[in-house]
Amino acid sequence: MKSFRYVRAHSVEEATAAHAGRPSSRYLGGGTNLVDLMKLGVESPRAVIDISALPLDSVEELRDGSVRVGATVRNSDLAAHPLVRERYPVLSQALLSGASGQLRNMATTGGNLLQRTRCPYFQDLAMPCNKRAPGSGCGARDGIHRDHAVLGHSRQCIATHPSDMAVALAALDAQVELYGARGRRTVPAAEFHRLPGERPDVDTEITHGELITGVLLPSATAGLPCAYRKARDRASYAFALASVAVVLSVEESVVREVRIAFGGLAHRPWRALRAERELLGGPPSGEAFRRAVDTELAEAEPLRDNSFKVPLARNLACDVLGRLAASPTGS
Amino acid sequence: MGTEVFHSEVPLTVNGEPRRPTVDHRSTLLDVLREQLGLTGAKKGCDHGQCGACTVLVDGRRANSCLLLAVAHEGADITTVEGLRSADGEGRHPVQRAFLERDAFQCGYCTPGQICSAVGALAEAEAGHPSHVTEPGTAIGSPAELTRDEIRERLSGNLCRCGAYPHIVEAVEDVIR
Repeated sequence: MKSFRYVRAHSVEEATAAHAGRPSSRYLGGGTNLVDLMKLGVESPRAVIDISALPLDSVEELRDGSVRVGATVRNSDLAAHPLVRERYPVLSQALLSGASGQLRNMATTGGNLLQRTRCPYFQDLAMPCNKRAPGSGCGARDGIHRDHAVLGHSRQCIATHPSDMAVALAALDAQVELYGARGRRTVPAAEFHRLPGERPDVDTEITHGELITGVLLPSATAGLPCAYRKARDRASYAFALASVAVVLSVEESVVREVRIAFGGLAHRPWRALRAERELLGGPPSGEAFRRAVDTELAEAEPLRDNSFKVPLARNLACDVLGRLAASPTGS
Repeated sequence: MGTEVFHSEVPLTVNGEPRRPTVDHRSTLLDVLREQLGLTGAKKGCDHGQCGACTVLVDGRRANSCLLLAVAHEGADITTVEGLRSADGEGRHPVQRAFLERDAFQCGYCTPGQICSAVGALAEAEAGHPSHVTEPGTAIGSPAELTRDEIRERLSGNLCRCGAYPHIVEAVEDVIR
């Protein structure tokens, strides 16, 4: 690991000022991914700006009924928070399906969004990777890619985003709050992560030096029936092969609201907007669910060794939709 | 840039004692505990946060010390397996006793991490934290009931390559009862 300057920031302004104009600075939250990448040599910051002491560690209800989650709230605390468990159980479930108890105690809300892909070629300096070293090629495309993307990938990159939390946030229509040199702004969580295209080195819409200050959970999706389901190689403590977050509201046998997001399939949480449009206003039947999800997944372009992800994702989504149509907790 | 500083003095409490190591900013808490403070209970397994052998309690919460930068923990209260005690401070912690009684290890390398993780997991359950296997609709806020499935899920961040899992789960069950 290369030597670095350590700065403990006490305010959002102080943190962003310390970062400004220094491309090799990194914000430190829980460090569960950053410190690992520094050990691997994938990240070599000249300065580490510790934001863990910023006053962004609370979950609060706002006047309009939305819930604001500070960027440094730890994953375990967010998953256990009564407001989240009561109103947005899909978020609690997604968080608890990721990592381990120890890591969730450390990892922050902002850091979870900014974690990098676990593609083995990205993490290995001896391998080509357009995300880590633009122009070096993609080792995974013709290499080991069983865990990689089936939707929205490019010639440059087939990596997936590893977060479970981000999948739930996409389905809940959450917003990501940012603060930077140009002030405050918000970005929809479903659009915060990018598709790789020609710039796989750019994971998100965040601009240099901007800091995630929090996540807004809207009142519109509060209390709606919702659930998360994840398929992985082990029963616990593994990244998703495929996962799905669903928000579904049915009244008088008609789908009134539906939001579906897939994890493990793409470079970002994949909002299934086509499937949602097809289901809205229609019957909540198994047949309708299958048809809509198939329409969404028709554009999948699996690689040599990961075509299993398409039926896996379809079965997960149809299962969760069916269960939520039958019971609001999906259990 | 000759004035750049790459070391810092970090006051913290370790197993109840105030300590003030001067740390290289690159040092993890695990390395400072083992190499500078002589506390070799927490083990270096994978060194990437995947095995749990380095688990310690930071301000009472379990964490992978191999992924914590020591410099970022000024003022923290660290407990390692060496600092665990019974409630009266005289003997071993109930989790340590249960591990001995149940023979919950073979080679012992993962054991300090397993024990610290179990202590942390019991506190989380007491505080009502849910897990991946907690049924949706379970009462919010009341202590979590630790079934065998719950124990296995909550300790999944601690690997044991000897495969002592059955006895580890039984040891934790003994502590709850």
